[in-house]
Amino acid sequence: MYKIIAKHLNTYFGDAHILKDINFKVAENTVTALIGPSGCGKSTFLRSINRMNDLIPTFKREGTLLLDEEDIYSPEMDVVNLRRKVGMVFQKPNPFPKSIFDNVSYGLKIHGIDDEGFIEQRVEESLKSAAIWDEVKDKLDQSAMSLSGGQQQRLCIARTIANNPEVILMDEPCSALDPISTLKIEDLIHKLKKDYTIIIVTHNMQQASRVSDYTSFFLNGEIIESDETERLFVSPKEQKTEEYITGRFG
Amino acid sequence: MTKIAAEALIEKSLFILALFSCFVILIILCFIFFEGFPAIQEYGFFKFLFGTIWSPNDGQFGVFDMIIGSLYVTFIALIIAIPLSISCATFMAEVASNKVRNFLKPVVQTLSGIPSVVYGFFGLIILVPFVRSQFGGTGFSIFTAAIILSIMILPTIISVSYDSLRSVPQDYKEASLGLGATNWQTIRRVVFPSALPGIITAIILGMSRAVGETLAVIMVVGNVAKMPSSIFSPARTLTSNIALEMSYATGIHYNALFATAVVLFMLIMLLLVVANYVQRKYSIDIGGGTL
Repeated sequence: MYKIIAKHLNTYFGDAHILKDINFKVAENTVTALIGPSGCGKSTFLRSINRMNDLIPTFKREGTLLLDEEDIYSPEMDVVNLRRKVGMVFQKPNPFPKSIFDNVSYGLKIHGIDDEGFIEQRVEESLKSAAIWDEVKDKLDQSAMSLSGGQQQRLCIARTIANNPEVILMDEPCSALDPISTLKIEDLIHKLKKDYTIIIVTHNMQQASRVSDYTSFFLNGEIIESDETERLFVSPKEQKTEEYITGRFG
Repeated sequence: MTKIAAEALIEKSLFILALFSCFVILIILCFIFFEGFPAIQEYGFFKFLFGTIWSPNDGQFGVFDMIIGSLYVTFIALIIAIPLSISCATFMAEVASNKVRNFLKPVVQTLSGIPSVVYGFFGLIILVPFVRSQFGGTGFSIFTAAIILSIMILPTIISVSYDSLRSVPQDYKEASLGLGATNWQTIRRVVFPSALPGIITAIILGMSRAVGETLAVIMVVGNVAKMPSSIFSPARTLTSNIALEMSYATGIHYNALFATAVVLFMLIMLLLVVANYVQRKYSIDIGGGTL
């Protein structure tokens, strides 16, 4: 069974046709990488899945996008619940200007959980899952702004995990980080795979091949090719894919 | 002339101009203190500050009632204006569509461009009779003045809080919405706390304007130099005291008016210090860092 399915998905910002007839499937507990040059629609697609594009007034959409066979864009869909189930990690680490603890407990609190004991336990679990517990356990009440960029990004991942999501969307989560922090996040993605379905947008093809099971190559708003990561990188079927991954453009 | 010399010349001129405006303020301050000093010296500082009888003909110069009058009017005005203006700023910054926002912004700016005499006149013609018919008395009261003042400080508080709310990074909002927060939860838990230092600044500016406003207050507050017994009794503020009597004051009376200005100055300084302290405390409480 597939976790996320897109069928003939088209999206627009005003008159600009961004995504063109996207057909896409993601299996549960896998990591899927979306690669392609800047402006090809990867991020737009990612943000369609948790309806973050709804924030832009000119956004329009046609076609279907399903999460567990449920239409993400149906009028009955509860966007709040959707975004709890489909967490997101952004390109630039964006912790709140609050304490480390308050950052991680934020999602729980907005969803009406006020059992202090449960919140504390969940914060600890989430920080552990995000491999940052050892670095912050003694300073949970300090501002998240005092952490380094890489730590902030792992904190953001912990914040997402605390919501107990099913899917985690990552929008170039390492592009603002140094190589060591990047490595830590990639390790983390490997570990998170057994519990979550992950879709990651990346500019870095080595990263895509290191972390993902499946890869889709986007170009000008279309998916040119989707395949198992190894196969796509070793023997791409499409010429454009081959040109892109061998660095002839993009 | 070389580029470097030109740069130096521009820097020097800016420095001199900046110094000039500071100098002007300093001169005015010195003048006020200098003119006010004889009254304080002759009448006694504590007697002047805490005396409750203002009767220049009998040589009585106690401004305490007017200090209370000024504070009373200002705080009632703030109590009315703060919820209104912050809700308005939040609506404009976070809820309104671009169309509504582009309509509201100039309206608020226009409000700040109306001269105070017009506000006062409006209060005199509309509000005073209204208060008289609804709450009794003459209609000239602290309450009436506070309503007029609250309208006058709305645009200041609205536009400064609006700017502060708008400058909260989009990243924070996205992070909150991405975690499944509703719009209102995002405003209350992320946008608002991040904008709080700016909102406090807005309130400080509104407060300074309210304490210093003279003309509109004179027209509706009743100007009786007596301790107000309720919100509906008339009062006199420090500013209106100066404006009302300056045209005929001579001798120590004249100096006493300047001394009133000194008290007003110290009062505003005190309020600013308190407000700054609160502001600093809040910006640390929310985690500081980038704010």
